[in-house]
Amino acid sequence: MSTWLSILIAFPVMAGVAWVFRFAGQSATSNKPFFRDMPFGVAFGYVVAAVAILLAFKIYFIDQVLFFRWAMQGLIIFTVSAFLFRLLGRLVGTAGSRKLFRSMPLTAAFGVMIVLAYAILAIFAPVFAPYGEEQVFAAANTLPGGDPATGGDPAHLLGTDQIGRDLMSRLIYGARNTVGIAFATTCLAFFIGGSLGFLAATIGGWLDQVLSRAVDVLMAIPALIFALLLMTIASAWSVKLGIPLTIFMILIIAIIDSTRVYRLARAVGVNIVVMDYIEAAKLRGEGLTYLIFREILPNATAPLLAEFGLRFCFVFLTIASLSFLGVGIQPPLADWGTMVRDLAQFINFAQFSPLTAALPILAAGAIALLTVAVNFIVDWMLQKSSGLKE
Amino acid sequence: MGSVTRIILQRLALGLLTLFIVSIVIFIAVNLLPGDFAEAILGQGATPEAVASIREGLGLDKPPITRYFDWLGGAIQGDLGSSFAQANFASFTGSDAASGTTVAEQIAPRFKNTLFLAGVTAAIAVPVSIFLGVLAALYRNSIFDRATNILTLSSISSPDFFLAYVLILFLSVLNPLLPSLSNIYDGMDFSERLVKSLLPALTLTLAVTAQMMRMTRAAIINLLASPYIEMARLKGISPMRVIVTHALPNALAPIITVIALNLAYLITGVVVVEVVFVYPGIGQLFVDSVKIRDIPVVQACCLIFAAAYILLNLSADVLSILSNPRLRHPK
Repeated sequence: MSTWLSILIAFPVMAGVAWVFRFAGQSATSNKPFFRDMPFGVAFGYVVAAVAILLAFKIYFIDQVLFFRWAMQGLIIFTVSAFLFRLLGRLVGTAGSRKLFRSMPLTAAFGVMIVLAYAILAIFAPVFAPYGEEQVFAAANTLPGGDPATGGDPAHLLGTDQIGRDLMSRLIYGARNTVGIAFATTCLAFFIGGSLGFLAATIGGWLDQVLSRAVDVLMAIPALIFALLLMTIASAWSVKLGIPLTIFMILIIAIIDSTRVYRLARAVGVNIVVMDYIEAAKLRGEGLTYLIFREILPNATAPLLAEFGLRFCFVFLTIASLSFLGVGIQPPLADWGTMVRDLAQFINFAQFSPLTAALPILAAGAIALLTVAVNFIVDWMLQKSSGLKE
Repeated sequence: MGSVTRIILQRLALGLLTLFIVSIVIFIAVNLLPGDFAEAILGQGATPEAVASIREGLGLDKPPITRYFDWLGGAIQGDLGSSFAQANFASFTGSDAASGTTVAEQIAPRFKNTLFLAGVTAAIAVPVSIFLGVLAALYRNSIFDRATNILTLSSISSPDFFLAYVLILFLSVLNPLLPSLSNIYDGMDFSERLVKSLLPALTLTLAVTAQMMRMTRAAIINLLASPYIEMARLKGISPMRVIVTHALPNALAPIITVIALNLAYLITGVVVVEVVFVYPGIGQLFVDSVKIRDIPVVQACCLIFAAAYILLNLSADVLSILSNPRLRHPK
């Protein structure tokens, strides 16, 4: 309880320090406007920030909390590499890409860098991974670190799982499986939702009514709950038909998410359909396919692209959550959500073997890193297209 | 006010209709199961006699439409049937299937726990996010604004279990401040219950704060360009007071809507968090039933989640109408 008490005491103390800080600033600079007009809240904010930074230094250098050090080192490495990546983008490439990188905030550069890294990792997973994802070794339950004295094995840097599969390889193959399946699902959702949405916008009438009301009903059920309900039924069918559950999962999530895509595609499409060039194309006698793919689609790319990023995040998180709950991607496929669930108990050994405890965080962090990166890019794209300056 | 009541009644009727159709969708989905409940209860080694007796006991020999209305009628009266796990147990012990614990008795205490967790989270998240949003609007484009923006965007886009395990690592394992297992039971006193559910509540807070905070910030900044704010500034009022007493009341409508939507997320999105912390809520029950394919429980949980979701979305709708004169008097 003493920790809570010290936090409670810290606040009035910091408030006092803030008042002294402002007063000292005013006297020392003979009432410069910066200190004269400083509200008390801002002074307090400066003090809180200073205390936070001091506390961070104390934890880093004096307490030497390993996890905090790793997090800080990771943060610094990512910031520096994102900065270098943006610098590279500004110097190398075509005129268009150089211009793009010049206007890019650091967060967006970070996002692009991470997405590229994941794509490379996923495509060339067999090259990077030391072993196959399903390869079973005799040494099961090896600890990470690669040091035989602490229960490690130099051949398996991150150790092996309970039946002796190399965790590093499974982590790398996870990029291919988890991201690949999420990407395929999102593409399917966009294909279904996009084409139905544009169809409803072009044809209108009863088709529009039927589809829109059906989508309304499907959207009234919370997505994760609906997915879990359908997965229950799909698991029974997959046993009976012998079709892998993963295929059912792709279909179920694609259909649930296509309702959200449908909404957007229809809303964008309705605005495009009333344009004069659509009228002209119709008078030329163009067919429905031409209208949708050659006239509407090119003009709806920008909002759909931003939606694709967001949708991908949602799908990715839904699949990860389903796998984490044990009804998503099924073994023997390596997958991050399942890995988090299997390794979660090791977190309790953080005091004794930090590396082991870091394993579940590593797998969950791999998911978080990608979604954060994609969100940074989408945020930047939305801000750019809406012209918001604040 | 006549037109307002009419609009609200219209929305309410629409909500009820949606719920009715959703119940049909859930019923149809469940009936897509291969085989039927009786086979599912007894599993592989079922004798035809046992299957027939259970089928009769559960009323499975009736046509689907009758069964649907039986289920719906029961659900309205709070009777959600008895779970497979119970029926299976009863069939082995030879006792009557109906005498076991019903689904409603199983769900009721857990639903209360989930509501408690949502309440604790809302009590933390709503003030924090409005406070942060006001500060971010006040010091827009400063380092503080950018830092909160990046932090909240990161926390909302990370999976719930990542946030949960990071919190467990730092607040429970490395510094034993809070318990990482939320084993809550009846008869626990309030303070102990609060401490046990604080870590899941903090996780959920991190997940929902971002949207509310960004909405508060955006709604306030939208108003800052309007002439009456300019006037207030020219009168010499401090920036903080301009925002809190002049801008915030007019920005309340979108903020309330976002809060209601996030509360809907709190009720339905807790599944993962409840599993991580082994919190005995309805989400945990739902996932367990999904794994053993206990259809009556899955069906009932689904219906409750959908009802809560529709109700909160509806109240978001109604509140935004009530707080906006332009929507209150539609042309």
